[in-house]
Amino acid sequence: MEGNPVIEAENLTKLFGALVAVDGISFSVFAGDVFGFLGPNGAGKTTTMKMIQCVSPRTAGTLTVLGMDPATHPRTIKAELGVLPQESNLDTDFTCLENLIAYAHYFDIPGVEAEKRARELLSFVQLTEKRDVQIDKLSGGMKRRLLLARALINHPKVLVLDEPTIGLDPQGRHLIWEKLKALQAAGNTIVLTTHYLEEAERLCNRLVIMDGGKILVEGSPGELISRYVGSDIVEADHTPEVISCLEELGETFDIHGDIVQVFTSQPREVAKRLFETCSPGRVFVRRGSLEDVFLKLTGRVLRD
Amino acid sequence: MTNRRGPSPENTYIFPRLSRSCLKVWRRNWDVFFKTYQVNFLPPLIEPLLYLLAIGFGLGIFIGEIDGIPYVKFIAPALLSISMMNTAFFECTYSSFVRMYYQKTFDAMVATPLSIDDVISGELIWGATRSLIYSSGMLLVLTLFGVVNLPSSLLVIPFSFLAGLLFASIAMCFTAITPSIDALNYPSFLFITPMFLFSGTFFPLSILPALVQLLAIAFLPLTQLVIVTRSLTLADLSPLVPYSLAWIGIVTLVFFILSTWLMRRRLVV
Repeated sequence: MEGNPVIEAENLTKLFGALVAVDGISFSVFAGDVFGFLGPNGAGKTTTMKMIQCVSPRTAGTLTVLGMDPATHPRTIKAELGVLPQESNLDTDFTCLENLIAYAHYFDIPGVEAEKRARELLSFVQLTEKRDVQIDKLSGGMKRRLLLARALINHPKVLVLDEPTIGLDPQGRHLIWEKLKALQAAGNTIVLTTHYLEEAERLCNRLVIMDGGKILVEGSPGELISRYVGSDIVEADHTPEVISCLEELGETFDIHGDIVQVFTSQPREVAKRLFETCSPGRVFVRRGSLEDVFLKLTGRVLRD
Repeated sequence: MTNRRGPSPENTYIFPRLSRSCLKVWRRNWDVFFKTYQVNFLPPLIEPLLYLLAIGFGLGIFIGEIDGIPYVKFIAPALLSISMMNTAFFECTYSSFVRMYYQKTFDAMVATPLSIDDVISGELIWGATRSLIYSSGMLLVLTLFGVVNLPSSLLVIPFSFLAGLLFASIAMCFTAITPSIDALNYPSFLFITPMFLFSGTFFPLSILPALVQLLAIAFLPLTQLVIVTRSLTLADLSPLVPYSLAWIGIVTLVFFILSTWLMRRRLVV
């Protein structure tokens, strides 16, 4: 599998009537990648996931998953995928253990093996004590973990995770991250979407930022940060003096509400000059983050 | 790789692809059914029992005989037919809708190697199975009351599967197009309830005006069920049985295909 992409899209397009949900995107995911799709609401991330999962047919372009076309080989592809949906669709008529066993049956995994895997996975996501509990008695975090366990029941070659930590508290999120790191270390290929940029920064070795159905940029988190915001950011209060002073110093800066941001690779010098000549109220120096790249590229206008 | 378009219109209206995988969908519903069999078994057996006592034995005293048959024996096959209809219809409307819309069970299934065609055909076969389970239970009760003839009545058991498949397929079409669970009340009250009364169930069709009789025999699915079931429980073959069986076979096939098309249109986006 080395060299050949696990997932390859070229000019992938999806229309819903007149609405262009995914607008001719191209990307390649390789074995062992943790590949992130970032973007504001309505960027086309979930639609892209659904096309990869063979549940939503594409309108145009090409797409191959594990070397096969989802339009012609959905069964074979789906047998090798582990899917974690954005919205829980656990079977509320079953307990935790029964959910995993029932799901294993859909993959043609026979009874004894299904139960063995189900128990192993419950322990992997730390839900062994909840084995015989009905789904509606679980917390949001437990449901998410059970969904992750369910996605692993067929020992998938590729994991497709749509917002794996949505709605979780920090403990729950860290636990999922830990499990995903373990899966990555075991050589799994993972494709995920997320709104949490910290999550993408921690987990993904490659990612794309999407907006309006298009891919804006692609790269590793580190690359993107240094390419778009520099290594560091100096922030000061937004006052007329600071602005005019920064203009005199010839620094490029962005204004966001009551904050002025200077993207730079020499944060100490910029901060020093600000203090010496501009009499700012407060000055902060921090590392550039993916969030800065994200907001710079997709703007600050609220989506929905 | 060609620039093939997804299964939009041209792939929506092709013949359902049937595979053994649909049995996994069926199995899921079977497992849930037997997990909660205490709630599932009693009500559908109690209801016909009440009808049998109140209408068959109660009202039957005043009616006496219809066409030389004791009234209770006349309505026994009707109760079986109504049970086949209700069981399959309500399973594949309200229950299927809950699985599809609220529980997202269909979404979870199509993320596995199962296809949408497997899910729909599995649901339909399950609706038919449920009809068979209840009809068998009822047949046992009716046998104990001595109101059905044996052994011909045993054929009711396989027939109830076919009859269930007919109503499951019709029901699934409504489920595929309904905007909400409340809107399913329309087919229940406008389609099922009138049929319950005007399909030769509690009185013979022959007392109705000729035109109404003709319409009932030509268009009402329950009429066909009653014709066949009554022939079996009375061990007295009606000349209409071949017609009714052919009617059920053809209409089941049509609605089976139609329900898959409508569901693909709804769910494959």
